[in-house]
Amino acid sequence: MNEQNTGRWILDRPNSYIGRSVPRPNAPRLAEGRGTFVDDIDLKRMVHATFVRSPYAHARIKSINVEAARALPGVVAVVTPQELAKIHDPWVGVLTHLEGLKSAPQHALPLEKATWQGEAIVAIAAETRAIAEDAAALVDIDWEVLPVVAEAETATDDNTLVIHEELGDNLAWQRKADFGDIDAAYADADHIVEDTFVFGRHTGVCLESRGLVSEFEPSEEQLTVWHNNQCPHMIQNILADKFRLEEHRVRVITRDVGGSFGIKVHTYADEIATVGLSILLKRPVKYIADRLESFVGDIHARDHRVKGKIAVRNDGTITAFEIDDLTGIGPYSMYPRTSGIEANQVVNMIGGPYDFDNYRAVANVVYQNKAMMCQYRAVGHPIKCAVTEGLVDKAARTLGMDPVAFRQKNFHRDDSYPKKSAQGMPFENLSHEECMSKILDAIDYDALKSERDALRDKGVYRGIGFASFIEVTNPSAMFYGVGGARISAQDGATMRLDAKGNVFVSTGATEQGQGMEAVISQVAATSVGVSPDRLKIITGDTEHTPYGGGTWGSRAAGIGGEAVAQAGRQLRVQILDAAAAMLQEDAATLDIRNGVVVDSDTGNERIGLDEIGRICYYRPDTLPDGFQAELVATRHYVPRKFPFAFTNGVQASYLEVDTETGFITLLNHWCVEDCGTVINPLLVDEQIRGGVVQGLGGALWEECLYDDQGQMLNANMADYLVPMAAELPDIDCGHAVSPTEDSDLGAKGAGEAGTCGAPAAVMNALNDALSPFDARLTSMPFTPKKVLTALGRI
Amino acid sequence: MKPAPFAYVRAGSLDDAFALLAEHGDDARILAGGQSLMATLNMRLSAPEVLVDINRIDGLAGIEETGDALRIGAMTRHVDVEESPAVATHAPLIAAAMDHIAHPAIRNRGTFGGSIAFADPAAELPACAVALGATMHIAGKSGTRDVAAADFFEGLYETAIRPGEILTAVSVPKITAGWKSGFLELARRHGDYAIIGLCAHVDLDGGTFGDANLVFFNAGDRPVSAPETAALLKGQTWSDDLADRLAASLKDELDPPDDLNADGPMRKHLAGVLVKRTLGPMAGE
Amino acid sequence: MDKHTDITVTVNGETVTRRIEARTNLVDFLRYELQLTGSHVGCEHGVCGACTVRMDGRIVRGCLTLAAQADGAEVWTIEGVSETGEIRDLQDAFVERNALQCGFCTPGMLLTLAELMDKHPDAGRDEIREFISGNFCRCTGYQAIVDAVEIARGSKTEKGAAS
Repeated sequence: MNEQNTGRWILDRPNSYIGRSVPRPNAPRLAEGRGTFVDDIDLKRMVHATFVRSPYAHARIKSINVEAARALPGVVAVVTPQELAKIHDPWVGVLTHLEGLKSAPQHALPLEKATWQGEAIVAIAAETRAIAEDAAALVDIDWEVLPVVAEAETATDDNTLVIHEELGDNLAWQRKADFGDIDAAYADADHIVEDTFVFGRHTGVCLESRGLVSEFEPSEEQLTVWHNNQCPHMIQNILADKFRLEEHRVRVITRDVGGSFGIKVHTYADEIATVGLSILLKRPVKYIADRLESFVGDIHARDHRVKGKIAVRNDGTITAFEIDDLTGIGPYSMYPRTSGIEANQVVNMIGGPYDFDNYRAVANVVYQNKAMMCQYRAVGHPIKCAVTEGLVDKAARTLGMDPVAFRQKNFHRDDSYPKKSAQGMPFENLSHEECMSKILDAIDYDALKSERDALRDKGVYRGIGFASFIEVTNPSAMFYGVGGARISAQDGATMRLDAKGNVFVSTGATEQGQGMEAVISQVAATSVGVSPDRLKIITGDTEHTPYGGGTWGSRAAGIGGEAVAQAGRQLRVQILDAAAAMLQEDAATLDIRNGVVVDSDTGNERIGLDEIGRICYYRPDTLPDGFQAELVATRHYVPRKFPFAFTNGVQASYLEVDTETGFITLLNHWCVEDCGTVINPLLVDEQIRGGVVQGLGGALWEECLYDDQGQMLNANMADYLVPMAAELPDIDCGHAVSPTEDSDLGAKGAGEAGTCGAPAAVMNALNDALSPFDARLTSMPFTPKKVLTALGRI
Repeated sequence: MKPAPFAYVRAGSLDDAFALLAEHGDDARILAGGQSLMATLNMRLSAPEVLVDINRIDGLAGIEETGDALRIGAMTRHVDVEESPAVATHAPLIAAAMDHIAHPAIRNRGTFGGSIAFADPAAELPACAVALGATMHIAGKSGTRDVAAADFFEGLYETAIRPGEILTAVSVPKITAGWKSGFLELARRHGDYAIIGLCAHVDLDGGTFGDANLVFFNAGDRPVSAPETAALLKGQTWSDDLADRLAASLKDELDPPDDLNADGPMRKHLAGVLVKRTLGPMAGE
Repeated sequence: MDKHTDITVTVNGETVTRRIEARTNLVDFLRYELQLTGSHVGCEHGVCGACTVRMDGRIVRGCLTLAAQADGAEVWTIEGVSETGEIRDLQDAFVERNALQCGFCTPGMLLTLAELMDKHPDAGRDEIREFISGNFCRCTGYQAIVDAVEIARGSKTEKGAAS
């Protein structure tokens, strides 16, 4: 029996499952190929959709001829933008708290012109996907090709075409920040170190692409959508709103989702169009984006150029940071989370781990005729971390200080919290010093340096790089709700005892593979007092779960889990009330352990939950007068004390550069992370590993390459390079634990930290390896070509 | 994407295949391993009316020793070439190349002859064939003929195979005493098409180079031999100085293309690195 | 010319005959004709490995193989090899080690690993990584998968020993 005494009731429960690496209850099913992904769903009379997509990045639609397509046998419908616009309202991707953010209204199929290559223009439904594609080839669109805005640096120049004339210019949003007195800091500084960092646009490449099956029942105007989106309630609201339906007659169901990482948290025009098709046809319509469509249809992310400065004194003190961030998005701001959030995160989080007071920033978010851009795992954090940690390393080198010692000198002290960052971000409790100390042990820093140095003498160029980071998790309403978005930051859980003593747990959080169901089951089992095999977890259905936010911003454990903890505690109270009534005991002397009501102090078993169920449901006549058993409990939770649960950590990369070929070999990677209470260590470590690898992808391989006509040059799996097994190191994971006081569980989020710090660690290791050559790289991905160019070999 | 619609016929014999190809002309494509063809059709980059499946034709698969050569049937799956003791012994260059070709599931279906006939300039096997002086055996309605590897690759995806003909086998001369092979490619990820690669087949008797074949892939629109650079090896023993001279010669001799991963100058530079890293170890350095 | 064809194929031990569009690939045939949805479609270019199934004893890309080419062949999918128990140790190791997250790459990965364990029973970690270098996993970063192979092998070769 594991007994703890942390002062947190949920962690101190007897037979607690918190902190145990329990295997996921839904994993065996997936390992046998018995998942239900959206393309596995087959309904009566279902038709398959595809789209005619614009071959041009910017072109006016002069006319659309669909006659030949409509006539093809097996085609059920060919729908033009005008026809679809009659049944839905357009949307605008702005939020009020991003002041000044402007975006043009977007329809599911554009009425006037295509504004990115790959934009869906005409919708087709047919008996098979193959026939729909045959029909797409027969649609004839007469285009007037327009000049293309394909470069962020010149997007707001006077002589650049304005994509949406009614907006006046291509500036989506500008954010400025000014804290402290940076000019005084510059005057006082001994060195002002500068650098420019470029981040290649990349995309999520979820192995399961986006998709949905939409079914509209016209007599009740009931819309049911099976959707592999992360936020069913958000989608429910949006579909009801845009299609003028009653929200309670819109049901969104998410079954198994083949990875999402933020790609499937947004609202996509082609998915809205699919729903529209189902309303027009009154038959189920399935749309699965294929891989070619995904590359140009999914959101891209991380297309930034950041000029950064750091001011330091000779004694190693950081006094200021400044950035000028330029990010080129698509032609619209994505709905409903906006395409300004990534830049906002960059501005808010530069310099995060370090104690300094002076900060200035300007971020310009500009429109381009390229794929839309929006939140993808770790939203803006890989950028702010690489800029910060790149400047920190460069400053350390300028001062002749060891990069670790320089960081340690400037960290917020572990015992100095709560405090605010230079930008006013409220930090509850972080552990930069502890994490750094742990990673130095893990890598055996002195030995590693010796090895690196010895090999350098032999012409083998290895480098060690660090990246300290902060990652936003458990977002409150401050993230989206305050701006007017109907995105729920709270979450709810309903728990119900059945007639056999089992417990149904229904949660508004959703699962995309990270193990949310396991985490929920561990918390539920612990809070009620049953073993996890007595639980049935219900998620992903707006009709059968409490109103919730789904999963994003690493919130499922910290927010979803907390609601479950509270609901479980309340259910236990209610069960014990029933037991007390049956046993004629004081409920306060009883507890539930392993599915049995016991005397708290002795552990003596008194009555099983199955027996309580039997009596309450079938023999209520035997219960005392005036007593009504209530065996369902619902609780909701939202963080209130802190707008975000900031987490922190540090990563280290050890790599070797082949200076003749430019190839980089990743030898080792380490991460020490603090996500507060760890509910399932195995799952957290695997989130870290998967996140690190996505970060490594952006650092070394992944980039959406465009020509000056806005054509994506590598929109397929052969030319867009995702990390595969043979090029990756093993990743060592360690932890510090700083629980949040904002919840009883104390759990912060862990899903994105790996991605946040990995690119910065690799960049710093690369530049460490290249330091004998007076070569420095700050443009990701770090391709062999860039390495050879920096070395002057080509 | 799904392919555009096509009809599908299985050829039961070579004559059957010739008749079908004659009947349908440009509208037909041969389906062997399908690992390149189906990817192309799945992207609708090509839309043939008819696929002629030659997988059931007897006698096109298998590896046999024919005196001084290995005769590799065109329908021999890559995996069977990869696992062949005869290939390991008599054509070590090919053995070295095999596990760079895509991935196991692709190699289980893709064919040796298919790769040769498809003639992707970034593929390994065409360059191996040229480096080893292989002979391609081609069959058609009017009979069979042989084409030397050096004459077989005519341009980008273009070979000496004429419409209506089928590659039936490739004969690779067995490696002889004193000769050594070296294979090296640089790819962003294991199994990707190489940025550039080298098939080296050299006469190295007691540390002194004799005749040499240096054939690069992804250095042009077909396998690219570098005879002028190879000639510099004759009579020489390995040295850093020789390596430098070879690299400099390659910069003149090669004219590689630009693509997403590398441009011409980068490929030229890498060619020099490949030569150094292949020949140096061969010479025991 | 008629763009259909007839095929007879044995899938997971059961022989079926169908008339299909000739352009139907094997994985679409399995998923839509036979409702064996355990094999997945990730790219249709043969690169990602999600569609990997076993045909006549060897793993193949279901997206690059025409169903017509499976005529007369024996095909095994994740459903079949699960039911026979052939990969039970590997599946248990995957669950124990959390070598799957979303599960979308998993069927293709398991069939690929089954071939690895058969052909290269002593493969080291680097060799395992090379063998699965044609199977894209976006969730795990691959390390847990390599660990799971070692766990499954341990439990296979040392019966009764803790893994």
